[in-house]
Amino acid sequence: FAEFDDAADLLAANPDATTISIDEPSDIPKNKHGRLQQSGREEDDELLGTDDSDKTELLAGQKKSAPFWTFEYYQTFFDVDTYQVLDRIKGSVFPVPGKNFVRLYIRSNPDLYGPFWICATLVFAIAVSGNLSNFFIHLGKPTYHYVPEFRKVSIAATTIYAYAWLVPLALWGFLMWRNSKVMNIVSYSFLEIVCVYGYSLFIYIPTAILWIIPQRVVRWVLVVFSLCLSGSVLVMTFWPAVRDDNRRIALATVATIVLLHALLAVGCLAYFFDAPELDFPAPIIPVHNGTTVITK
Amino acid sequence: FADLADMSLSGDITVEGEITVPVGAPSPDEDFSTLDEPVRETIMRDLKAVGKKFVHVMYPKKSSTLLRDWDLWGPLVLCVSLALMLQGGSADSKEDGGPQFAEVFVIIWFGAVVITLNSKLLGGTISFFQSLCVLGYCVLPLTVAMLVCRLVLLAGAGTISFVVRLLVVLAMFAWSTLASTAFLADSQPPNRKALVVYPIFLFYFVISWMILTFTPQ
Repeated sequence: FAEFDDAADLLAANPDATTISIDEPSDIPKNKHGRLQQSGREEDDELLGTDDSDKTELLAGQKKSAPFWTFEYYQTFFDVDTYQVLDRIKGSVFPVPGKNFVRLYIRSNPDLYGPFWICATLVFAIAVSGNLSNFFIHLGKPTYHYVPEFRKVSIAATTIYAYAWLVPLALWGFLMWRNSKVMNIVSYSFLEIVCVYGYSLFIYIPTAILWIIPQRVVRWVLVVFSLCLSGSVLVMTFWPAVRDDNRRIALATVATIVLLHALLAVGCLAYFFDAPELDFPAPIIPVHNGTTVITK
Repeated sequence: FADLADMSLSGDITVEGEITVPVGAPSPDEDFSTLDEPVRETIMRDLKAVGKKFVHVMYPKKSSTLLRDWDLWGPLVLCVSLALMLQGGSADSKEDGGPQFAEVFVIIWFGAVVITLNSKLLGGTISFFQSLCVLGYCVLPLTVAMLVCRLVLLAGAGTISFVVRLLVVLAMFAWSTLASTAFLADSQPPNRKALVVYPIFLFYFVISWMILTFTPQ
């Protein structure tokens, strides 16, 4: 059934509308025969796209044929419909174990709409939620004067866009370098990596909104939960690309990806959201010379 | 060359046919020379065009006037007045205050440009400046909201004033978004409308947030 999969993928790579529907019927016979044949190998095919990576690279080259100084060239990166964007977002939030995000959803049609607007939304979600959360935490204190903290928007924007574009660039460069040393089976184009990173940031948007709740435990549970979800999307995408390499380098790469992702989440939490104070009212301590001192 | 000489000098060659020279009627534009009219008329014509577009935004019906005769005077006036009203007047510019004048300007214009590029990249058929024009004019309800907020804040800054401001800003935000969607939605490919409308929603949300969180120092 390997050839059937190839043909289905070749057919699916061009007319995007039929992408998802062709995938499912081919999955069912594979799963049925999974027990009889080498089930590990079939899983590998799903994750790696072994036979298809060359062909998808070729087809991707065919699509973007306009020269890069024309407007049409950039239009090819926005060739997505509403339901496709929604499907990709769903795929990033509910990672199916064993399915590769790039293979399943991107399918040689990486778009820049998702990464750009998800990052923009995340920037404003973090800035607005941080501001709101600080307002609620400090509400009622006599010395507190509300400020909109508009500076933080530009800081958030710089951080998130830098993360969403520079880290994929570094990762892509690293993978290309390893690819030249070790004949890797799977290689992703730069835009596909940007796409995965962009869509994997989506889970942080509701997380940022929920961070308004001024409870430390809640916030850290949210951090761990969203890190697991989006981290698993990244890991499942990049593990097949490095696993044929030296074991230690592969593990180090995947660990770095997860670590950077965690650093982004924790850094945003620490910088934009003030620590929620403990719940007892400020005690008044009578000092020896008779004046009272209010401590925080 | 003897043969050629015989052929060429055989006498006058008569040519038959018709020649028509179209005498064009003078086109209306040529008669309409704006050089001779008084300055007041020129200015009033532009002001009337801007005013008509303001009315179109307040009562959004699908009309092509806003799209066809685009101009950027209205958006400029609205942007400048909104940015001026958002100045808290704090003499000591504290770091974490509200947006500076330049920041509001950049957000509005850069945001409008990015949304226009986005809609064109997704396959929209509207022209660049028409889209800028629509997005700029639809900031009018939010400018009105800003004015109302400043007046309410003059009366006091308590919870009631906050609730009033919240309701006003919410209503104007909805109005802006619906107005601009009414004008822009038709030029988008049908299965990508949501992809185009969402950035417009985000744009007006950010402006509304700046208006709502305005606190005079």
